[in-house]
Amino acid sequence: MSILVDSGTRLLVQGITGREGSFHTQQMVEYGTNVVGGVTPGGKGKSVAGAPVFDTVAAAVEAVRPNVSIIYVPARFAPDAIYEAVDNGIPLVVCITEGIPVADMVPVHAHVKAKGARLLGPNCPGLITPGEAKVGIMPGFIHAPGPVGLVSRSGTLTYEVVDALSKAGLGQSTAVGIGGDPVIGTSFVDVLGLFQDDPETEAIVLIGEIGGSDEEEAARFVQHHVTKPVVGFVAGRTAPPGKRMGHAGAIISGGTGTAAEKVAALEAAGVHVADRPSAVPGLVRAAMAGR
Amino acid sequence: MNVHEYQAAEILARHGIPVNVGGVATTPDEAAELAAKAGGLVAVKSQVHTGGRGKAGGIKLAKTPEQARAAAEQILGLDIRGHTVRKLLIAPGVDIAREFYLGVVLDRPRRQNVLMASAEGGVEIEQVAHEHPEKIIRALADPMLGLQAWQAREVGFRLGLAAEQVGGFANIAQRLYAAYVAEDATLAEINPLVLTGSGDWVALDSKMSFDDNALFRHPATEAMRDMDEENATEVDAKHSGISFVKLDGTIGCIVNGAGLAMATMDAVKLHGGEPANFLDVGGGASAGQVAKAFSLVTADPNVRAILINIFGGITRGDVVAQGITEALGHVAVNVPIVVRLSGTNAAEGKQILAAAGLTAVDSMDEAAAAAVRAAA
Repeated sequence: MSILVDSGTRLLVQGITGREGSFHTQQMVEYGTNVVGGVTPGGKGKSVAGAPVFDTVAAAVEAVRPNVSIIYVPARFAPDAIYEAVDNGIPLVVCITEGIPVADMVPVHAHVKAKGARLLGPNCPGLITPGEAKVGIMPGFIHAPGPVGLVSRSGTLTYEVVDALSKAGLGQSTAVGIGGDPVIGTSFVDVLGLFQDDPETEAIVLIGEIGGSDEEEAARFVQHHVTKPVVGFVAGRTAPPGKRMGHAGAIISGGTGTAAEKVAALEAAGVHVADRPSAVPGLVRAAMAGR
Repeated sequence: MNVHEYQAAEILARHGIPVNVGGVATTPDEAAELAAKAGGLVAVKSQVHTGGRGKAGGIKLAKTPEQARAAAEQILGLDIRGHTVRKLLIAPGVDIAREFYLGVVLDRPRRQNVLMASAEGGVEIEQVAHEHPEKIIRALADPMLGLQAWQAREVGFRLGLAAEQVGGFANIAQRLYAAYVAEDATLAEINPLVLTGSGDWVALDSKMSFDDNALFRHPATEAMRDMDEENATEVDAKHSGISFVKLDGTIGCIVNGAGLAMATMDAVKLHGGEPANFLDVGGGASAGQVAKAFSLVTADPNVRAILINIFGGITRGDVVAQGITEALGHVAVNVPIVVRLSGTNAAEGKQILAAAGLTAVDSMDEAAAAAVRAAA
């Protein structure tokens, strides 16, 4: 088992004919993801990697019944694409797009919630259930099926940890990238809850970074609601305050959001925090053995 | 992106907020002239993108144009937390009866904007939040409807304002919220917001920061950018799609991905070194991007070794290796280079690097340790 995506996923790609959209559609199809269609306004009748293209999400929903949508459209148009997906009843929307203004995401977040849908991202690598479905831009081959649920605010750092886990013989149930922006649809807490309830996930890896307080909230949640072992890593111990470190959300402001605070909160909640990515597999093994 | 106090005041004035209008001086003569024009007491305020100006001696009161000139002479050129004072705001004195704090920011955990107010005006809000959190009054704005009039009034009453003062306060609070949203600000702050002896409201000091991702729709804000306040290398990097932050160490870092770039800096520190920069080369890591990254990193005279950490995902290791060797043909690099290449086509990439006389290692730890040794 797994969370959010699996072999039953019927994926719709919004922005499928664009450079990013068409490239990653090909990659996802090659991985074995069931891409049932795509949307590009004016693209009706085309096909990308064997998937039919529709003008609207409504037309795609009627014809091919997708249950997950992934968005590769530019930042200026991405909020509209999210609205179109959730207003047409798609329950899970994954937004890869980077650079969406925060002022646009605040109402998007509220609307998605009001519709009872789930948004992953924006500014995220997507998610993957190894061997079943890859819904995102991550390199599929580094993943392996297994018992470790992984959730992260980062992209390549996640690949780094996944690769180390796979090489250590620790496969993943699902690896979820929640995104590096200040306003994101799905938080650590949401994903931790899903992993806790997933019978096939035996241990959880949480990869955080400076900025905001999502790691602190995750720590509180772990303390009260998670019985499975959790291993953490927080990037940015050497980051200076007041400087945005690549991700829009990775900034220490007003003295809060430091790595030290996050590590302390996680450790206080019983999370085993690694001091480097390569230490994660060892801690996972030890934590699983200690249960 | 940040702007100066006088620029923030300009923006807030455009949104109908009563600000203490002054003039900008870059020389002591101009300061004296503006003080003469204002007549009476003026404040001579350094314009720099940092807090703590008062404590650093960057704000002085002057009763005469001659005093204003003298104050300007003292303040211009002053270094405040690494920022050199080049501009002064000469603002007329205000008859202060009470001082308040008023600000709008994003409440990240709630994914909503929040209006914050405090009767402890004039002090840094972080300090109030830390020592007396109960003295900060908050009103969460509905994500769809924005801040409502009743919320602004309620904040006014909770601040202990008299009934006849609440209307004026609430008006400013609503306008500040509107300005924050309309201008895509990440912070809109009036500190202090002053109630004068005659019962008028005046924004005495304004501060605004803006969402870099939204600047495309605010050319007027972009035009306010003060290049003297920005690191030229960081701005140059941004134009090439590279995220760069200058630090004080000796090990230059070139990494793909922001999270991995932070983790790489941390690894350098863990192995006893200090990173010279944060650098996320972006997704492609083409020869052009890598060459640009090399030139950004080597522009720092403190750099004694360069650590390149690439995890090939969709970006193939051989393409990155090609980029590195090509880049070295364009940019002269006179310090040792340590490369870590892993992921997609790493083996092919290493062959390409070996042919160019560079050895790549497999692990980030190994690479960080080697870079620290090379820089010693």
